[in-house]
Amino acid sequence: MTEKTFMAGFGGQGIISLGQLWVYCGMKEGKEVTFFPFYGAEKRGGVARASVIVSDHEIASPLVTAPDSAVVMNMDSLPLCEEVLKEGGTLLINSSLVKVETRRKDAKVVKIPCNELAEQIGEVKIANMVMMGALSKVTGAVKLDKLEAVLKTFFPESKHKFIPMNLKAIEAGMAAVK
Amino acid sequence: MAEEKRLMKGNEAIAEAAIRAGCSAYFGYPITPQNELTAYMAKHMLDKKRVFIQAESEVSAINMVYGAAAAGARTMTSSSSPGISLKQEGISYACGADLPCVVVNVARSGPGLGGISPGQADYFQSTRGGGHGDYFHIVLAPKSVQEAADLTYKAFELADQWRMPVMILADGLIGQMMEGVIFQPAIDPASLPRKPWATGHQADTHREINHISSIHLVPAELEASVRARFKRYDQIKAVESRYEEVNVDKAELIMVGYGTSARVALGAMELARKQGIEVGLFRPITLWPFPDKRLGELAAKGKRFLSVEMSMGQMIEDVKLAVNGKAEVSFYGRCGGMIPTEEEVLAEIRRILKK
Amino acid sequence: MELIYGHPKSLKPIQTKYCPGCGHGVIHRIIAEVIDEMGVQERSIITNPVGCSIWSDLYFDFDSVQPAHGRTPAASTGIKRMLPDHLVICYQGDGDLAAIGTAEIIHAANRGEKFTTIFVNNAIYGMTGGQMAPTTLIGQKATTAPYGRDPGEAGMGYPIQVCELLATLGGTKYLARGSVNNAANIRKTKQYIKKAFEAQLRGEGFTMVEVLSACPTNWGMQPVQAEEWLEGNMIPFYKLGEIKNTLAGSEGGTASSSTNGGAK
Repeated sequence: MTEKTFMAGFGGQGIISLGQLWVYCGMKEGKEVTFFPFYGAEKRGGVARASVIVSDHEIASPLVTAPDSAVVMNMDSLPLCEEVLKEGGTLLINSSLVKVETRRKDAKVVKIPCNELAEQIGEVKIANMVMMGALSKVTGAVKLDKLEAVLKTFFPESKHKFIPMNLKAIEAGMAAVK
Repeated sequence: MAEEKRLMKGNEAIAEAAIRAGCSAYFGYPITPQNELTAYMAKHMLDKKRVFIQAESEVSAINMVYGAAAAGARTMTSSSSPGISLKQEGISYACGADLPCVVVNVARSGPGLGGISPGQADYFQSTRGGGHGDYFHIVLAPKSVQEAADLTYKAFELADQWRMPVMILADGLIGQMMEGVIFQPAIDPASLPRKPWATGHQADTHREINHISSIHLVPAELEASVRARFKRYDQIKAVESRYEEVNVDKAELIMVGYGTSARVALGAMELARKQGIEVGLFRPITLWPFPDKRLGELAAKGKRFLSVEMSMGQMIEDVKLAVNGKAEVSFYGRCGGMIPTEEEVLAEIRRILKK
Repeated sequence: MELIYGHPKSLKPIQTKYCPGCGHGVIHRIIAEVIDEMGVQERSIITNPVGCSIWSDLYFDFDSVQPAHGRTPAASTGIKRMLPDHLVICYQGDGDLAAIGTAEIIHAANRGEKFTTIFVNNAIYGMTGGQMAPTTLIGQKATTAPYGRDPGEAGMGYPIQVCELLATLGGTKYLARGSVNNAANIRKTKQYIKKAFEAQLRGEGFTMVEVLSACPTNWGMQPVQAEEWLEGNMIPFYKLGEIKNTLAGSEGGTASSSTNGGAK
């Protein structure tokens, strides 16, 4: 198993955190992982992108050029993801912000209203965690079981109070995949 | 028992490994894409009461390293391409004065200010003695976060053993990406043996006085000193050249690549195999000394080579020297911060092999 | 019997290569005397700069480190940070300190690096053969200012008063300017050096003693004439005295520069 995922959104949507937590959980489940962010000269704003790979064996290029799956967190990211997604790959679309249909007819499309689900839980910022739950359910690359214990080692002590909310978001994302 | 695997950026892993290797003084200046390294050192050197200075320039930073090395410390600086150009003065002096230190280049793309995206266009500068004068120093090229950490320990050891600067030549991708890494145990700097040639602590032993210098104004003396250093280079070439080989026996074509390019080449190799094409990878880990002997052996077996680089073709010159006309050597490279893709490299393989 | 005069232990008993009338030999001697008096020969380290005093490691009988031109304060920073209980002497000329190494001296001083800079100001480049220095006086001739230093039309800039320049920086604790043109000034300069070295070993902060020194060869003068020129031209512009003294136990931070030039 090797799952290459391309993630894109706008700065502030937590693309980097999503990618990092995804590979961290993968690593804790015994997988080989790489995470490569697109880094720009500016620190804020613009499009945030990350290439992540989770695999059962040694990973060759950390650069994801033909992803098996792509996470589309906002409208601007859709064309980017459509361009790189491999033939027959999966598009995971945040349908709260992406209201158009994809032109990639070959793709498997999974729509998750990440923002709405996150708001229902109480915090729109955790829309990225909703997406992570969906990504796990759809790809199976990272199981996200024993998640609570893993999150405790990922977040510093001062952020532990947010773990239950994050768990809820992830579960909501998993449940949203039909 | 081995320590737990941690998820870290390459920049941070190099910093952590340096601290564990007993680095007691770090001097740096901000430049992208290696800033996480400097920030990590600031945080973790200061809390261990070790020396961290944000210098006024790369020039000052390498000369602080020169001073700390002259005082016998394990010391390091890091930068990225334009900053490494500035450090070349100090590196030349350190080579001339036989001072051990570690210099990390998280390379970007040039020339000039260029871009901040990953590059391998500093190969010539790193492997040919990038400053003035007749000299070389060891250059280590990691391909992953784990290897970046492992080679950092090695760099400090080699620097002390051979009394020379050792460069770690990474690139923006190695520096910025996160992977799992397991660290070796930490060395207490105080437990490291004192260097008898270094300045300081004369009162403890009443030894003869020590001079750290690169000056020899008498040509015959300078020649003798350079020749002695080149004898040491021969010993280094004999024992320190490192490389990794994948599938070279079965391969119709062997790709040669280091660092990030080697990872891409490995991916291209996997894609090729799915199409029934057997290619291999030869990955130099030491860029100086370049593992030319082994490459020459492979050339003698009738292999063909493809140098894959993030430059317009620099390492290919070492590949050609190593095969010495016995084999055909092709080139595929991207530059300007572009990273070659596995698919592009595969296409080049098919073009060369006409498959 | 008490020995009242002899060759300092910290200075090797050999003849220097310096030209007749050059100040480096005297400056070396008073540094060595102070080190002997303090009893720190075996924990002293000098950084000998690019310039005529690159030879100082031949003469001082203690460890030395020879850095690149102008980088002397950066190298001294590295040494002193690793060996905080050693006496680190950053020996610099005017080209090394006030031209190519301007960034290094300002930032080392500003960080309050705890070494002592001995700044030998002879208003000329010596080793390379008499080029204009940052401290060359207006109208003074040099091979690269053949008609005299002209800050106006020729745009050669003005002589830099280094002590005064550094005095504004928080890290500087002791900045004094002496001269080795006569016995009285030599004695005073030695006192400045001793004060600076003692402050260094107490870890107080950045200390520097600027020393006005003659270069008869490149000034194109006889040694005696050169001392007269120094007194008549350099001292009126580069005021002697303690330019800044905020050391513990000193009287506040006010500058106490004396204007009585020659101290006859």
